[in-house]
Amino acid sequence: MATVNPPAQPLVAIRDLQVSFAGVPALRGIDLTVAPGEAVGLVGESGSGKSVTWLAALSLLPAKARVTGSVLLAGEELIGAPPARLDDVRGGRVAMIFQDPASALNPVLTVGRQIGEALALHAGLSGGALRAEAKRLMELVGIPDAGRRLDAYPHEFSGGQNQRVMIAMALAGKPDLLVADEPTTALDVTIQAQILDLLRAVRREFGMALVLISHDLGVIAETCERVAVMYAGRIVEEAPVAPLFGEALHPYTRGLVGSLPPLDGPRRRLTSIPGTVPDPRHLPAGCAFAPRCPVASGGCRETDPRLAAVGEAHRVACLHPGAEAAVPVPAAATLPATTGAPAMALTS
Amino acid sequence: MISLVTARDLARTYQLRRGVFGRPVAVRAVDGVSLHVGAGETLGIVGESGSGKSTLGRMVLGLEKPDGGAVTFDGAPMPEPLTAAWRRSRARMQMIYQDPLGALDRRLTVRDQVAEPLAIHGLGASSERMEKALAMLGRVGLSRHVASRYPHELSGGQRQRVVLARALMTDPAFLVCDEPVSALDVSIQAQVVNLLVDLQESLGIAMLFISHDLRVVRQVSRRVAVMYLGRIVEEGDADDLFADPRHPYTRALVSAAPAPGGKRERIILTGEPPNPAARPPGCAFHPRCPLAEARCRETAPALTTLGGRRVACHVVAGPAAATREAA
Repeated sequence: MATVNPPAQPLVAIRDLQVSFAGVPALRGIDLTVAPGEAVGLVGESGSGKSVTWLAALSLLPAKARVTGSVLLAGEELIGAPPARLDDVRGGRVAMIFQDPASALNPVLTVGRQIGEALALHAGLSGGALRAEAKRLMELVGIPDAGRRLDAYPHEFSGGQNQRVMIAMALAGKPDLLVADEPTTALDVTIQAQILDLLRAVRREFGMALVLISHDLGVIAETCERVAVMYAGRIVEEAPVAPLFGEALHPYTRGLVGSLPPLDGPRRRLTSIPGTVPDPRHLPAGCAFAPRCPVASGGCRETDPRLAAVGEAHRVACLHPGAEAAVPVPAAATLPATTGAPAMALTS
Repeated sequence: MISLVTARDLARTYQLRRGVFGRPVAVRAVDGVSLHVGAGETLGIVGESGSGKSTLGRMVLGLEKPDGGAVTFDGAPMPEPLTAAWRRSRARMQMIYQDPLGALDRRLTVRDQVAEPLAIHGLGASSERMEKALAMLGRVGLSRHVASRYPHELSGGQRQRVVLARALMTDPAFLVCDEPVSALDVSIQAQVVNLLVDLQESLGIAMLFISHDLRVVRQVSRRVAVMYLGRIVEEGDADDLFADPRHPYTRALVSAAPAPGGKRERIILTGEPPNPAARPPGCAFHPRCPLAEARCRETAPALTTLGGRRVACHVVAGPAAATREAA
């Protein structure tokens, strides 16, 4: 899978995308590009806006959402595009899969019929050709005995198999981009490994770009080439995988990486991030992360930092990128009463 | 180490009916599990869905009556559920669930909620109870102004702290935690994990820590047992077990745990996740096992001791190890 390097034209270019629900901001200006064939990860905690970014880009948000900004797909504007055009794009050039495959599938239709529907719509197939292609897709995503299983219903499949069926449907339109929103979060670890392996394989085979949305840093690190970290409706850091996990510059990214318990080597106290994510209705002045930040200065409570380049392909939105906390995190021996008490005092 | 909790040969079978007219099928959720937890020690239980880890936790705590086997707590047999003796025993052992909102009473303030166990067990005067509740909230890292709030006004991490504070009010000796941080965001998860580690050290509470997350289990446990379809397949020191897993299932599980940074060799299992309603004969793992031999399809391997480790595998344990155990 030769990624176009440097990209002549990005496959997707998102510029200043903003979304609000009844005046409450959910996305506060996202800039992100995806090159053809590239795998980009979006990490962040609940409410950070990682799913909303792509739902907004594909006009899948409810009508009450206010969306501004620009999303170019191979140069074509999607924000405000006519519904007929969007119908061609969704499932055609851009496919999306979600966390819970069982609720995304129709329980009263066979999986063969549902994959067939996608093929009829996006590949213009019918009759025997359609069934043959559906069977081929089922085999491609690793469902054994595909010919017979086409006539089975979603409840007859396990969670991992249903996610495979969703991937087969997504591939029906030969998309240029697959957006996978927490595709393995509901699955067991060993099944998750199978699905991630499958995503890597189909990406290679189809030369397809992948946007993987996940709260799990490990899943992103193993699957993606580039990562964008989101916090409170913004991208706070963006870099290729190795520097992002090795030399993170934003204190939030550092906190996330430090929150992950190691699986080998000595046990260290986790560098937890104190407090909780801010309420989008009452965002703090200045940097949204400042109230929880170990290196925040007075300036951070006044100036809202924007994403700026700090190196090749590395961007960060922080006034003190890479700064070390002046006061080290208390050691493991400290009593809980002293370590815990200030942590929650920050929440409103 | 003196054993605080000992479980011998625990078994639990559920009747599952497929469809309205389907014949009931016996599902063995837990099938002959023995374990012990020393005073102040934490035993981690790892397993995927359907491994029986939650059922095991409820039986160890006496919330569910086993079909076979027995649990002793502090040397005495576990009283029958819902008897007066059982109620009294609740003060010494507590349970923490995944969903803190479901575990809290929405109509009670945090303070009343946390003080309630003392009232139930008739401990202390009313004013002392409130005093102790406020102190306990501080201990789990909640500020005093949270005390007058209701559960729905709190964040997920704060709610789990309230649940912990309430569980600790009666000075329990034993805590069963069933996926206590799985519903929390990564940064909040780290706060609660750090708190649990602090509480282990400062209060010397013994824990049975159940989770599907290997990283979290390793962080809080001294020893770890890996479950697969109702049985323990491997058990040992937490650091050793994750550094050098022996059972082919543990190996796959450890290798499948996603890791930022260095990409390790991954073992991708073929086949579908285990179904407790259709347990394969012989070793339950054999249909997915890369090492399976003919005997694995016929006889279930017993847990054998291999240098500080217990492993249930014909291939890994080998005939030599099996005879040593028998001798």
